[in-house]
Amino acid sequence: MSVLVYTESEERKIKKIALEAVSYAKAIADQMGTTVTAVCINADNTSELGKYGASKVLEVSNDKLAKFNGEAYADLIAQAAKKEGAKIVVMTSSANSKFLAPTLAVDLNAGFVPNVVGLPESTSPLKVKHSVFTNKAFAYTEFKTDISIIGLGKNSFGVKENETSITSEAFSPNLDSHDFDMEIVSVDKATDQVTIADAEIVVSGGRGLKGPENWGIIEDLAKTLGAATACSKPVSDMGWRPHSEHVGQTGKPVAANLYIAIGISGAIQHLAGINASKVKVVINNDPEAPFFKAADYGMVGDAFEIVPKLTEKLKEFKAQNN
Amino acid sequence: MKILVCISHVPDTTSKINFTDGDTKFDTSGVQFVINPNDEFGLTRAMWFKEKQGATVHVINVGGAETEPTLRKALAIGADEAIRINTPAVDGFSVAKQLAHVVKEGGYDLVIAGRESIDYNGGMVPGMLAKLTGNNFVNTCIGLEIDGEKATAIREIDGGKETLKTSLPLVIGGQKGIVEESDLRIPNMRGIMQARTKPLTVKEPIESNPETATVGFEKPAPKGQVKLVDSVDELINLLHNEAKVI
Ligand SMILES: Cc1cc2nc3c(=O)[nH]c(=O)nc-3n(C[C@H](O)[C@H](O)[C@H](O)COP(=O)(O)OP(=O)(O)OC[C@H]3O[C@@H](n4cnc5c(N)ncnc54)[C@H](O)[C@@H]3O)c2cc1C
Repeated sequence: MSVLVYTESEERKIKKIALEAVSYAKAIADQMGTTVTAVCINADNTSELGKYGASKVLEVSNDKLAKFNGEAYADLIAQAAKKEGAKIVVMTSSANSKFLAPTLAVDLNAGFVPNVVGLPESTSPLKVKHSVFTNKAFAYTEFKTDISIIGLGKNSFGVKENETSITSEAFSPNLDSHDFDMEIVSVDKATDQVTIADAEIVVSGGRGLKGPENWGIIEDLAKTLGAATACSKPVSDMGWRPHSEHVGQTGKPVAANLYIAIGISGAIQHLAGINASKVKVVINNDPEAPFFKAADYGMVGDAFEIVPKLTEKLKEFKAQNN
Repeated sequence: MKILVCISHVPDTTSKINFTDGDTKFDTSGVQFVINPNDEFGLTRAMWFKEKQGATVHVINVGGAETEPTLRKALAIGADEAIRINTPAVDGFSVAKQLAHVVKEGGYDLVIAGRESIDYNGGMVPGMLAKLTGNNFVNTCIGLEIDGEKATAIREIDGGKETLKTSLPLVIGGQKGIVEESDLRIPNMRGIMQARTKPLTVKEPIESNPETATVGFEKPAPKGQVKLVDSVDELINLLHNEAKVI
């Protein structure tokens, strides 16, 4: 009756969001007086999951699963859940988990609630709080099924150490040919850049930057902070930046620790995508820009003067503090 | 090719979100409802298939009679027929079950849904629908080409994109990118007139119990005032010592 958690990895390394999911699963398991089993596909160093509270890891090692495969991964997690008699399955809110979870829900005849923002309000019935209306509100939802799937929102619980002794077990699911109906032809991913989904800090630029030729100041600041770069919708619509950087209601959600918005007005659709971020900094030359109402810290002034100065001072700060 | 586009009826993106009945119901007063933006991109792609490769396009919504203007708008944009399944959309899983029934009966080659609807952000209907119908599935789809029974899809992944080859019947969860925003269509007078005479069939739901129940809502706590600073040194100091994020 353990809590099962799917721990995502990339290039054989367990992702940080997976550690957050394990920390969360452990907290639920403690509430319910049970233990955490992690299921991990093609990853090294799975024993580190013990540090965050997993007491068992099912290790899948299969070259056919080297690349993400929604159908096969869901099939595999469903088999792991059945084997462990799991009543709760914890997933993250990454693009891949959001792909997997609905399929898994059908496989297990389980209810699924995504974007969950904290520990269950109650465990019987299981009731969770999750963000809705693109972060403009929260809902409380109860599960009515025997098995429940929780999609944990990024940065909503935190990575928490909770040393537990861990055992590992090789797990070989039965995969059928339907699992491989989809062939991945190519993957196009900028490996040297921090992605919005993984980033702790996001530096975002809006129409106030006037043109793509000015993005150097955004990139320099992002690089200094080890941050991902992002933008408002008109910026990607005009082709100044790729669509994948567009943040907001119709773009990507950002749940970073720090979101720095430069030359962005703060329209409701933009704010909806970044509300889940912890600390928001706004740099804008218009003191009336609506973003100042949503921000924690603000500087009124010209981005072209402020941003290069900020980058330079941050470099000095980093040199002193590292 | 027979295409079904799933249309979610959602509050316009500028809507202020409020609740009534002791924070148990979404307050629809003064709210304008629209076709879910992710679905609108998919509908436009369906129109492209219809015009360039030949297809019939049906649109479908699970919901009460109040969603019919949204379906009529999809007809005005160019869909051939609309279906409304006459039951409130209470949870993603039960919506997917209703849709799956129609997909199986209708023999659709391609089902286009949006990656998620902007009200409950469940993002679960397309994947559940694919699984329930045994069709292949591509989520966060930002490109789709179809050649006979073969499909090539581009999917957005965290930090990049992935190109996949698969076959029909197929379900996709689409979003911006599957067509450009500049290609989105606004219904013209002729489309609106035609939409009035196009079939809108109301079907009664199949028996199904929801897997989850939303019992209450809450608005985020009001935010404190912004701290305005004059110098970058002060900003760095605050981010380091007060907010502790650098
Ligand atoms: C259906 C729908 C969905 C949408 N979804 C999204 C979404 O997902 N994400 C999104 O971002 N938008 C979305 N929008 C658009 C949104 O309404 C705004 O138009 C958009 O966010 C504005 O982008 P912006 O702030 O970059 O540009 P602007 O509104 O042009 O604002 C630019 C800002 O830069 C400031 N500025 C100018 N020059 C300088 C300078 N030198 N230094 C400092 N500041 C300067 C200005 O004062 C202004 O505040 C959506 C709209 C619709 C209708």
